[in-house]
Amino acid sequence: MKLVFGEGSCGIAAGARKVRAAVEKLNTEGAVEIGITGCIGMCYLEPIVDVYDGGTLVKRLVKVQEKDAERIYRAVAGGGRGATALPELADLEISADDKEFLEKQTRIALRHCGLIDPEDIAAYEAVDGYKAIRKVLAMTPEQVIEEIKISGLAGRGGAGFPTWFKWNAARNAKGEQKYLICNADEGDPGAFMDRAVIESAPHSLIEGMLIAAYAIGATRAFVYVRAEYPLAIVRLEKALAAAKKAGLLGENILGSGFSCDIRIKAGAGAFVCGEETALIESLEGNRGMPRLKPPFPAEKGYTQAPSNINNVETFANVAWIILNGGAAFAAMGTETSKGTKVFALTGKIKRGGLVEIPMGLTLRDVIFGIGGGIRDGGTFKAVQMGGPSGGCIPEHLLDTKIDYKALGATGAIMGSGGMVVMDSHTCMVNMARFFLDFTAKESCGKCVHCRIGTKRMHEILTRITEGKGKEGDVELLQDLCNGIKAGALCGLGQTAPNPVLTTIRYFRDEYDAHIREARCPAHECAALKKFSIDPAKCKGCTMCAKKCPVGAISGTVKQPHVIDQSKCIKCGQCVATCKFGAVTVG
Amino acid sequence: METEMITLEINGKTVEVPKGTSILNAAKAAHIKIPTLCYHPDLRAGASCGICVVRQLVPSRNPADNGKLVPSPKLLRACCTEATAGMHIVTHDPDIVQVRKTVLELILANHPNDCLQCPRSGRCELQSLAADFGIRENPFPKEVLHHEPDTSTPSIVLYPDKCIKCGRCAEVCQEMQNVWALEFIGRGEKTVMQPAAGVPLAESPCIKCGQCSAHCPVGAIYENDETAKVWAALQDPEKTCLVQIAPAVRVAVGEAFGMKPGELTTGKIYAALRMIGFDKVFDTNFSADVTIMEEGTEFIKRFTEGKDLPLLTSCCPAWTDWMEKYAPDFTGNFSSAKSPQQMLSALCKSYWAEKNGVDPKKIHVTSIMPCTAKKYEISRDENMSATGQQDTDVVLTTRELARMIKAAGIDFNDLPEEKADDLLGAYTGAGTIFGVTGGVMEAALRTAYCLITGEAQPPSIDFQAVRGMDGVKTATIDIKGTKVNIAVAHQMGNVEKIINEIREDRKNGVKPRYDFIEVMACRGGCIGGGGQPCLATDEVRAQRTAGIYTDDEKCTLRMSHLNPEVTALYKDYLDGKTGAQGGEKAHHLLHTKYHKRDVYHFEA
Repeated sequence: MKLVFGEGSCGIAAGARKVRAAVEKLNTEGAVEIGITGCIGMCYLEPIVDVYDGGTLVKRLVKVQEKDAERIYRAVAGGGRGATALPELADLEISADDKEFLEKQTRIALRHCGLIDPEDIAAYEAVDGYKAIRKVLAMTPEQVIEEIKISGLAGRGGAGFPTWFKWNAARNAKGEQKYLICNADEGDPGAFMDRAVIESAPHSLIEGMLIAAYAIGATRAFVYVRAEYPLAIVRLEKALAAAKKAGLLGENILGSGFSCDIRIKAGAGAFVCGEETALIESLEGNRGMPRLKPPFPAEKGYTQAPSNINNVETFANVAWIILNGGAAFAAMGTETSKGTKVFALTGKIKRGGLVEIPMGLTLRDVIFGIGGGIRDGGTFKAVQMGGPSGGCIPEHLLDTKIDYKALGATGAIMGSGGMVVMDSHTCMVNMARFFLDFTAKESCGKCVHCRIGTKRMHEILTRITEGKGKEGDVELLQDLCNGIKAGALCGLGQTAPNPVLTTIRYFRDEYDAHIREARCPAHECAALKKFSIDPAKCKGCTMCAKKCPVGAISGTVKQPHVIDQSKCIKCGQCVATCKFGAVTVG
Repeated sequence: METEMITLEINGKTVEVPKGTSILNAAKAAHIKIPTLCYHPDLRAGASCGICVVRQLVPSRNPADNGKLVPSPKLLRACCTEATAGMHIVTHDPDIVQVRKTVLELILANHPNDCLQCPRSGRCELQSLAADFGIRENPFPKEVLHHEPDTSTPSIVLYPDKCIKCGRCAEVCQEMQNVWALEFIGRGEKTVMQPAAGVPLAESPCIKCGQCSAHCPVGAIYENDETAKVWAALQDPEKTCLVQIAPAVRVAVGEAFGMKPGELTTGKIYAALRMIGFDKVFDTNFSADVTIMEEGTEFIKRFTEGKDLPLLTSCCPAWTDWMEKYAPDFTGNFSSAKSPQQMLSALCKSYWAEKNGVDPKKIHVTSIMPCTAKKYEISRDENMSATGQQDTDVVLTTRELARMIKAAGIDFNDLPEEKADDLLGAYTGAGTIFGVTGGVMEAALRTAYCLITGEAQPPSIDFQAVRGMDGVKTATIDIKGTKVNIAVAHQMGNVEKIINEIREDRKNGVKPRYDFIEVMACRGGCIGGGGQPCLATDEVRAQRTAGIYTDDEKCTLRMSHLNPEVTALYKDYLDGKTGAQGGEKAHHLLHTKYHKRDVYHFEA
């Protein structure tokens, strides 16, 4: 019997290593085989421990605690029971409902995540790893590009540009030395698709990159990975070393005459470095600031040499496409968007985590089918797609298909895959403010539009959420949005207004309520909250009056209390203290 | 080779321009002015401000429109977008003007707008744009993040509050000058232009060339104004106030009074300085001639002995600062001759003081320079105090001089011309061309030719090979069979190439490919100096250069060794010998040393 611990960053954060250590302490005789795997994708159930018997997964244990280690060990170490049900662990077993989360997905980019040991090259090779590069080395680069063209694979970093086209442009660009770059500077708040791929199956990234390098004629490659992903960097370093040792990397790969070296460059934490030209500047050792386009990187990229940049998820699909054929990939999806897409489903969702589905499913399929709907019995309000560059999509558009074009028509974008679900308690003005705070702080400072424009937008949004908005503020915001969209230099600036534009488009009434009535319909904006005590419910216990830090509550014992609105600082202590639910927030 | 021409349409007008022209310049050819702010013709288009946006008309994608031209939703930046054949561009419509206006409003919301107290008032590009666009009210609340001004260097003041982050200074500092002192630091609204790690300029690689201040569109970087010190000295009855003017000042100061660049105003400056209250007016061109005597004999000595070649000119303090930081392996190659400024000041407080019986301690020397680095040079080491006190008391830039003339109520334009004072005021054409790139080399060659051959004059007194705006000029000069290999570089960014060539020769153990190298840190030489009237372009530099050569041609004497006052100086005071010839007095007063400095020197 074997115990496999889910040790992606999420599992480790939830305590997977502590559980493993506790089991290892008991396993002095080696009665149980112990292994690790990467991210399984169900963040909300971490730590997850899988029980294997002879290579078959017999039980998935979820939300495992250190205190459970001993009985898990005893149950499994007993051995000899084959695939019996281990009834003593029934309470830890994943529910049938939760199983749906994975069962409803179609995993290509994530095909190895949670299934293999990320730190063992043999584990990757055992699941057809490095077969695709062997196949590719017998093909011409043109044939490889053609296969990718057939697949319809588009850049998964956000823009959705056809991958084959970029590869072809880099292949045809003039230049002795060409470079391949992997963009692993995943910076959208709430997005972690790329981290999961690198932490869970680094070899699938390496193999995808080798195929791309072969196709475009690059002999040097970089993975630009954010420094905030230390585990990903460590696993990628190990994987590169193992691949090199196996002759899959470096000079004369597998005796084919093709050489390619891959190096890691850790970013320094600038969101703008996810923009390809800023990334190249940073890679060169300069400050990460976008360059003018044209020339595009395919023509003049890293050190002015032809370069091709793709995102991690894009590369993670490549080996699968080569092995299964471009047509198999293109068979999934819609007319304009082929294959599958990974989303990081987060927010007020019942089951959050990594979701990979074929294009063409609806948002409803993902949020309600896979994600199980809104948690804590809340009601769905909107979903933010594409992080700070994206937009929100309201309830009445939930049947929108996941497709580059269809999502674009809503004002949102496919983006890199961030999907933040919001319920009725989320104030949309405040949500827009949150994202603008992010972009204003992350602006590289070059363009006036982006550096000052986003800051002014943030100011206007802030005053609206504080009830100090003015008539005409929405129009001022719209004017600024249009100016910034048309005038900003790079993608960061051009898309920064999207959260504001979409919230105005779909939730204009919320803006108006803040501005005209100083009211936050979602009761989220602290400055606009009004706390009052329901005299019918108040027992006069005095607890709230004792807790109130500013002495705003008065009343006599056993009589209903009242809140002096002029003193109240809206801290919410009274709500938390009252045992009778007498304090209401309006 | 014939340049390929393309045609495009701008505002409905057909324009023909060479391929590779930007939309901005194509519009200029069509007599349309697209407003700019971050753009400067010296620099790679930065594309940061977004004022120059224009709209392209593209065929409609809607089949019903039948290929009709419709406005593209994304605006193009005219400064950095190449005009292509068949393009249709609209430069002005209400929407575009509104976007530009919004940009200005956004900048003004972050700007102190205290124009009345700003050193750039009247020559500020932001101010003129705000006027052009008629900005009266601003919909955005005002917010200026305050930073303390950086006054760590004696040369320039960095005042971040006024900075509009156009990036010109960083581009100048990194690309034009290869100094890398200024960079964008921080993100979002907290972005500032400053040295790496936020160190003060004085602890950074800054060479004080002041090109950032000459390119800044607003008042965020400017010269350290020291006019008050000079006014105070002029008021002091104890002080004898002497003043010198550098060659390049005379062809540029007129610009502040509405004259054309390049207009020669030497006599007017002498007159104005006397009206301001200086006791004696001298000319740095005199000591430029002295420099040739010192540096020329130094070169002949090294050249005949084949030692410490190539000889590097050292008149430019920004260049010497760069070399001490970035190329300390060349300290031994520098000419030990001081710069003309330092020679003249030292002679004021020794030779002139002695001849006139004035206590050197009571002499105050002001020097008017096209340069901000000169403000640093006067106290760079103890050799700058050869007379027992600091030889030069105050350096004013051309810009400060203009301000003093205006403050003194002098009608500069109509001022009758005067002459410089005796002993240190006469100059030859060789002295005046020190103000342009190639000038020091040309002056040295004129004299060296005569000293080596014993002839009265070289076959052609104009050495055309060293003139012009090419970043690096190389030539082999034939002095009656003796071949001298020379190189001339201007604009710091062009210099490393030559330095590396010599390093390569050293590595290979061969004779260095150049015997004599002239370097000036600013584009075009001192006429394009960091202390000259701001915002010069190559067009302005060409006019100033022409002014200098006119001055040279107007001189009856055009070779330094023929300057009678120079001859008198050596005869009467310097024991007839230059420093290189073992003249002790000359060596002490007119020579200095160079040593390695750290690129970043943090105070412990």
